[in-house]
Amino acid sequence: MRFLRQAGVIAAKDLRAELRTKEAINSSLAFALVILLMFSFAFDPLADTTREISGGLLWIVFAFAGTLVLNRSFARELPNDCLDGLIAAPVSRAALFLGKACASFLLVLGVQLVSLPVFGVFYNVPWTRQFPELLLVLVLGTWGLTVVGTISSALTVNIRLRELMLPMLTYPILFPALLGAMQLTAGLVAGNPIGPDEYGWLKMMVGFDVIYTAVSLALVETILVG
Amino acid sequence: MSAVAVDGVWKFYGDYPALRDIRLEAAPGTCLALIGRNGAGKTTLLRIIAGFSRPGRGQVRINGCEPRETATRRQVGFLGHGISVYDELSAMENLTLYGRLYGLADPPRAAREWLERTGLARVANGLVREFSRGMRQRLAVARAFLHEPRVLLLDEPFTALDDKAIAVLSRLLREALASGRTVVMSTHQLREALELASHVALLVRGQLAFHGASTPEMAADPGYVYARYGEG
Repeated sequence: MRFLRQAGVIAAKDLRAELRTKEAINSSLAFALVILLMFSFAFDPLADTTREISGGLLWIVFAFAGTLVLNRSFARELPNDCLDGLIAAPVSRAALFLGKACASFLLVLGVQLVSLPVFGVFYNVPWTRQFPELLLVLVLGTWGLTVVGTISSALTVNIRLRELMLPMLTYPILFPALLGAMQLTAGLVAGNPIGPDEYGWLKMMVGFDVIYTAVSLALVETILVG
Repeated sequence: MSAVAVDGVWKFYGDYPALRDIRLEAAPGTCLALIGRNGAGKTTLLRIIAGFSRPGRGQVRINGCEPRETATRRQVGFLGHGISVYDELSAMENLTLYGRLYGLADPPRAAREWLERTGLARVANGLVREFSRGMRQRLAVARAFLHEPRVLLLDEPFTALDDKAIAVLSRLLREALASGRTVVMSTHQLREALELASHVALLVRGQLAFHGASTPEMAADPGYVYARYGEG
């Protein structure tokens, strides 16, 4: 219970700080909307091919926009050596990680939910038809992105090229989850429900999230304080 | 039992030994001033005592326990070079945050009390980014003292403080010592430190050149300890 309370305190602090400065969320949202708009000019929204690749396009945008939020996750602690203050406090490093991951998850999910209607309009897809299932895929994919991104953010927080290193570390690890999310989203945004032959992707995403959450919680102490 | 015990601590950066076989103790209710020139290893030693960094060899104990244990961290207040408060939060929000992380019974009440004690009550709801340097330092002092730690580890606490902040910190440290708390501070401000310190440890290029009780000669002439035990 104490663990979850501490994680909640960290998450609330990160959300409050971000909503006050809007540094990460503004850049992430602007990036997502601009790329979606540019892609809509590059591809014919009425062509079948565009609908087939729309899931992939959407997740490429979400992954890139997400790293803009995730880059700030631990970098937010650098001014005034705030990370020292958190490490000195009697808080489990796992709770610290979980709190930061939850805050980033909500921010990234927020960006995605604002981007989706724009995507629907520009790509002419009935994305609302299977919305509950689409939301499930968004949640699973975003949690995978957030967990891998947050632990990578902790790993790269003290290096100068962290903005470059974070995506280089995150995307190769994230590949299986992204693949599953792309496959499922392509059907869902076209208005088709998840079929029995696609349950494998869903299970794989759940497995990915569970494994990487457990691994990150186990490693964060070593990553933060050696 | 010593409040802080450092036993044969070495720290290597690559092959370079930044600390060599450091052995020192601080009893409860005493103030140990860690002094030495820039690069002598004061901050490195303080960070090892605080549990931020592992020693290459040797061990540190705080009230008999490993510094990284959660229960030990609850007993320690650390004030480093950075103020460890968030610019985008208010003074009150910062202290309440740390109060919650330290598991205080009533974080807002503790935050208000420490804002009052450090003279920041009138700007409690002001964002830290709008504070002057002295106000930020006083807030950092409040953060370090907030949870009433048994051991205070302070890294050059008087640096960049204005007169008011020096007075506040000196008063709080005297009160802490009077109530049996232990203070270990690294410092270049020998005069302020020696007014408080009951013991002095001099580090010279990572080695302990002197460790003992503070004497009247040291208090009278802050350069004395360097001339007598250091490199002049």
